Amino acid sequence: MTVSPFPVIAALDALTGALFLLTALGVVATRQVLASLQLFVLQSLLLALSAILLGIALGSIHLFAVAGLTIAAKAVLIPWLLRRTLSAEIYRTREIERVLNIPSSLLLSAVLIILAYVIASPILAAVDVPFAAINLPLGLAAIFLGAFTIAVRREAVPQLLGLLAVENGVFFAGAAIVPNLPVIAELVVAADVPVVALVAGLLTRRIYRRLGTTSVGRLASLREL
Amino acid sequence: MFERIAYNLLQVFVVVAFAPLVEGVVSRLKEILQSKRGPSIFQPYRDIWKLLHKDEIVSEHGSWVFRAAPYVAFAAPVFVALLIPVLTRYPLFFAFMGDMLGGGFVLALGGFMTTLAAVDTANPYGPMGASRTRMVGFLAEPVFIVVFLTVSFVAGSTIPYIVQTRWVTPIASFFEPSHVLLMIAFLMLILAEDGRIPVDSPSGQFELAMIDRSKSLEYSGRGAALMKWAGAMKFFVLICIFLNVLVVPWGLAPEESGTIGVLLAIPLVLLKVFIFVLVLVYIESSLAKLRLFRITEFLGAAFVISVVAMITRLSEI
Repeated sequence: MTVSPFPVIAALDALTGALFLLTALGVVATRQVLASLQLFVLQSLLLALSAILLGIALGSIHLFAVAGLTIAAKAVLIPWLLRRTLSAEIYRTREIERVLNIPSSLLLSAVLIILAYVIASPILAAVDVPFAAINLPLGLAAIFLGAFTIAVRREAVPQLLGLLAVENGVFFAGAAIVPNLPVIAELVVAADVPVVALVAGLLTRRIYRRLGTTSVGRLASLREL
Repeated sequence: MFERIAYNLLQVFVVVAFAPLVEGVVSRLKEILQSKRGPSIFQPYRDIWKLLHKDEIVSEHGSWVFRAAPYVAFAAPVFVALLIPVLTRYPLFFAFMGDMLGGGFVLALGGFMTTLAAVDTANPYGPMGASRTRMVGFLAEPVFIVVFLTVSFVAGSTIPYIVQTRWVTPIASFFEPSHVLLMIAFLMLILAEDGRIPVDSPSGQFELAMIDRSKSLEYSGRGAALMKWAGAMKFFVLICIFLNVLVVPWGLAPEESGTIGVLLAIPLVLLKVFIFVLVLVYIESSLAKLRLFRITEFLGAAFVISVVAMITRLSEI
């Protein structure tokens, strides 16, 4: 594992990463839809902060672009889109239907985080990039937790937020490994993700109007007549 | 050497004397936040004084456990105050007797006796509170273990005097992710262990909803005074461990400053405790009490946070 040449920025980045992971856990576990949306916004802001820190340390202008695009797309545009397309009633839902109860899903999340560290360690032994030791395992953990959110939640909006959290995790890990990813790739993603959110939001609205609920678990019992 | 014994006793005196004040400040601040005036901050002292002058009534079904419990509960935090850094940065005379685990065991002994005493009189509310406290207790236990494991692993020691310097030398290590996460997890533990609001309502008067407070309902007179005082001291000791060992070991008397330094440390420590109390009152006033079976979620979250702290530490980031 490389000793980082930027001790202060590495410490701040690690702190950002720890809080990033906490918000990912929050997206898995919170009851309210609105709270998980707010946690997602917070997570995106932390991602942007980490990108800025890495940008300062590595002198990479691309990472500042990533930070700017993240704030614009995920902290402003997506919440606005989701609030516009979905009625306030969905956000008022307090008890979100879920497959596992909260303590067991939290424990499984802890296992997933450990798994992320286990998987990341051989990769880290192979690459020699500063900050990869911080960002890669935490980003992987966020990917796993986002996927786990999709698996464990049964409501459409939290599942969508899980998908977006996976995307955040990819960026968090990627910022350290490929700091000089061309801006065009970032732009494509930044344009793509709000569209995904918009489509999913509209679809959820249709489901809600038809069925009076956004609980996707019940769609499994639909049959062709 | 005699100086160190004197400082040690002074430390115990500070805990014994100022613990009810902290309780009073907490309840006063809460009332102020609710736009009320609230009782005087010295009200807990008056309560204890009044209770000490009242007759004590013991149920004829109660055994020696019921009589002994207040004294054990009172002695446990006093004993722990000998071990932990309350005022000084260097170990005092009696500090060799136990490390952080030892202190934890002694505090647990007080809690254990209180629980037994609650079951002893066969008052229906006592055993209910006792079993609920045990439920919270065994959910909090893994968090305690992981927090202590991580802290001692980082410092290479379980002695609180060595641990406290580890997080601030150099100052950048204060912001280590494992440190921040441990602080969050331990704060959640204090809330659970002392029956503060997301877990239990300390000022609630409704027996069926009580967790911690219903255990001492049967006590009267001197027993009640000791139980109340012991609860306040346990809270004070927990705050001292949290602040002086885990969060901000500043403001404690260094070894070379002598008596003046120790005396000067008293207002500084009280100031730190006051700032902590402000945070606590904010938390308590902005959250609602959790339903009983949601406490598992609260402590489960604390456990996962402490485990994440441990992982981030073990992988050396």
